Amino acid sequence: MKNFEFLFTAWMVVWAVFFIYEFSIARRIAQTRAEIERLKQQLQQR
Amino acid sequence: MKARITITALVALLIFCAGYAALFIAPDEATMHAIQRIFYFHVASWNAMFCAFFVAFYASVAYLVTGKRKWDALGVSGVEVGVICCTIGLITGPLWARPVWGIWWTWDAKLTSTFILWLLFIAYLLLRGLVEDPEKKASLSAVFAIFASLDIPLVYLANRLWRTQHPQPVIAGGPDSGLDPMIGKVLLFCLIAEFCVMILVLLDRYRLEMLRNDAAELRYEIESRGLDASDNAATPALQKGGE
Repeated sequence: MKNFEFLFTAWMVVWAVFFIYEFSIARRIAQTRAEIERLKQQLQQR
Repeated sequence: MKARITITALVALLIFCAGYAALFIAPDEATMHAIQRIFYFHVASWNAMFCAFFVAFYASVAYLVTGKRKWDALGVSGVEVGVICCTIGLITGPLWARPVWGIWWTWDAKLTSTFILWLLFIAYLLLRGLVEDPEKKASLSAVFAIFASLDIPLVYLANRLWRTQHPQPVIAGGPDSGLDPMIGKVLLFCLIAEFCVMILVLLDRYRLEMLRNDAAELRYEIESRGLDASDNAATPALQKGGE
């Protein structure tokens, strides 16, 4: 297939960007949840 | 949680089917042949971007009218997801242009207005990082998002209003426009698939922003009680636990 490398790269870019972005969101959600837990504990302790 | 996993699995299946249809079912285009298949992801990315930026525009107006934080959270989510879709479009476009036009990029009206749109919304995200006060940040962001959205109709209409290197519109583009019925069906399928991905990512981003708001409120409460919220805010152990 002519120009397959361009087609394949475009296809990979679409899903790689979405996947990396979704992964970063999941990571940030986990970090924020951990921070909320810590802040709640800090409030309860005082 | 179970519903979330089911929806994600369904969207993943939709993506797989759309990819298969775009690469193997859609017919070869007469002049460009296989490389034309980038069209299915490229146009779908722009469609997702327009939808995400429309959400951001609507949320920004709603925030200025109501002052509710949830609209600000939806606004920033729409912008961030829109920028991601725009980035995909700006990468897949040159990958299509190089073998067809012989060049990666040209400063025609369509491409330039799109690049400006991308820069404007990158500036929006940078602006949010520079303002500390939450109310001020939300108001400024909403005004800036509305201002940046003025470029969206220009991006859409650029190749209708001016002669551009970018192809003329094939959908609703005048008497000579139109798509082969099978290409049209596959394109519609790809548009739906990428739209669903965009919605899924947008909802997650919105959830993150609402959690950040909760964390900010807790920090404010701790500070107002005279406690030090940054006591162990970024200790390595907690960071590891968060990951």
